[in-house]
Amino acid sequence: MCGIAGIIHRDGEADIGSEMTRMLQSMRHRGPDSTGFALYGPPSDLVVMRFKLADPNDVRDFEWTERLERHRHEVEGRLSKVGASVDRVEGEREYAYRATFRYDGDLKALADYVEDVPGCEILSLGHSLEIVKDLGDAETVAEQYRLDRFRGTHAIGHVRMATESDVDIAGAHPYWAYPFSDVAVVHNGQLTNYHHWRRRLERSGHRFQSECDSEIIAVYIAEKLADGVALETAMKQSLDDLDGVFTYLVVTEDSLGVAKDEMAAKPLVLFESEELVVMASEETAIRAVLREEIDTYDPYEREVLVWSR
Amino acid sequence: MEQVNRPARYDVRGLAEPDADAPRIAEVADGRARFDAEGLSTRQINLEIRRLAYEEGIDDITVANPAAKHSLGVGILTRCRIRFEGSLGYFACGLIDGPEIEITGRVGWSCAENIMAGVVVIRKNAGSLTGAALRGGDLVVHGDVGARTGIDQKGGTILIGGNAGSSTGFMMQRGRQIICGDAGHGLGDSMYDGAIYVAGTVASLGVDCVEGEMSEDDEEMLDRKFGIYGLERPSSFTKFVCGKKLWNYDNLEANERKLVL
Repeated sequence: MCGIAGIIHRDGEADIGSEMTRMLQSMRHRGPDSTGFALYGPPSDLVVMRFKLADPNDVRDFEWTERLERHRHEVEGRLSKVGASVDRVEGEREYAYRATFRYDGDLKALADYVEDVPGCEILSLGHSLEIVKDLGDAETVAEQYRLDRFRGTHAIGHVRMATESDVDIAGAHPYWAYPFSDVAVVHNGQLTNYHHWRRRLERSGHRFQSECDSEIIAVYIAEKLADGVALETAMKQSLDDLDGVFTYLVVTEDSLGVAKDEMAAKPLVLFESEELVVMASEETAIRAVLREEIDTYDPYEREVLVWSR
Repeated sequence: MEQVNRPARYDVRGLAEPDADAPRIAEVADGRARFDAEGLSTRQINLEIRRLAYEEGIDDITVANPAAKHSLGVGILTRCRIRFEGSLGYFACGLIDGPEIEITGRVGWSCAENIMAGVVVIRKNAGSLTGAALRGGDLVVHGDVGARTGIDQKGGTILIGGNAGSSTGFMMQRGRQIICGDAGHGLGDSMYDGAIYVAGTVASLGVDCVEGEMSEDDEEMLDRKFGIYGLERPSSFTKFVCGKKLWNYDNLEANERKLVL
């Protein structure tokens, strides 16, 4: 089933970490397997990279901790080798890390080189985007990664009920639009031409980290953006290119967009004001951040809507 | 609000049943009951409504702060008035037979599914699948509705003050839909019978849905429904019905069977 949520403050920063936690926790019943957040903090000169070196499901075999430590140093070493000036690398969990560094080179080259370290997957890369995803419900993940302290302008999130791929971090949303800085996607639905698009995008040089059909949307959007297509146009084109039932959200450094398939088969409820836009698979999630009586509506079939800060 | 903690009940499987008792918090005055749903679970809210309607015999119940919770006001099979002050989530007011329900906010997907008799009035918007498999009664939405409104409708009337999404009246079997605004693609697709009245534009008709002829009876029915619910009636409607050209209206198959026999 899965549940998705998005929020964008048009008038400044807010406690988006705790807001998104409340929204996703209220939809826990839609997906208890894993929870993910794509949070946008204040833009920084530094590049923020969230990455993992193992999965919580991995067997803690011989020298597990030592191996992770070795791989972490290898990541730091590779960042330096490609010319990044590393600010700090913090361990958020024993297998998940947050690195900040100065770098103005080719992000794809950096990502490919770093991901060549065994077990390494970059969850997000950008100047304000931070993707946090792990197994369990929203409160569990938020507590583990201390998201109650995260302030920013906009965010999307996802609660996952795994149907077609494993319960692991690789299968959890949001997906970073590799190799594009500060772009992320969450999706509710199924794509029926997944293999067609995966083969096509892989031939174009894109990498996939999971078997999850939703990852296609992130990579598809990334390719369009790389070709210079505007976000809203790329999303409109996706309605013709992607088959299946879907509602998905895309976020960039300053925008948040939603697209619905031609049958409007997957739900989304939306509240919009001058200061704030909030959306979710269920109104209960909107009520988690707006307690007063509000007017909400469902976008119609084939609708693409984009809001900017 | 103070919640009463009672010992957990256990079902036949030995599993604990949380919130198995009505919270008994409603204030009753002059034969009317009112309670605040803040902090209550879906089950507690429904149990309190049922206690008031069935045990106390109260026929005027107001529920404040429903906070878009799912499955509220379902399965009420007695004549009474229920007013929800706020919005409801999915599956609201389904399977009812008799009550008149007013929702001052909006509703999520699948509101008033399979209702047999009674009235549901929604003051704001409604999600998709509103009035699915409606069997009787009136369902009134003052705002817009999502996709597939009245899918598999078997009777009753759905009155929509705003626009309707795609596949409205899909596989409709009987009953009426009145849409004051515009209708999306695939209106009345594969409908068997019934009528859909649209005042605005129709993006496209579904398979076997055709324009019908407005009769005096149609006009009289529309006047009556708009009069009852105090909605402003658009000046003109276009009526859509089943063209009865699909294979299931063809009796060739039956004749073939006779030949074989």
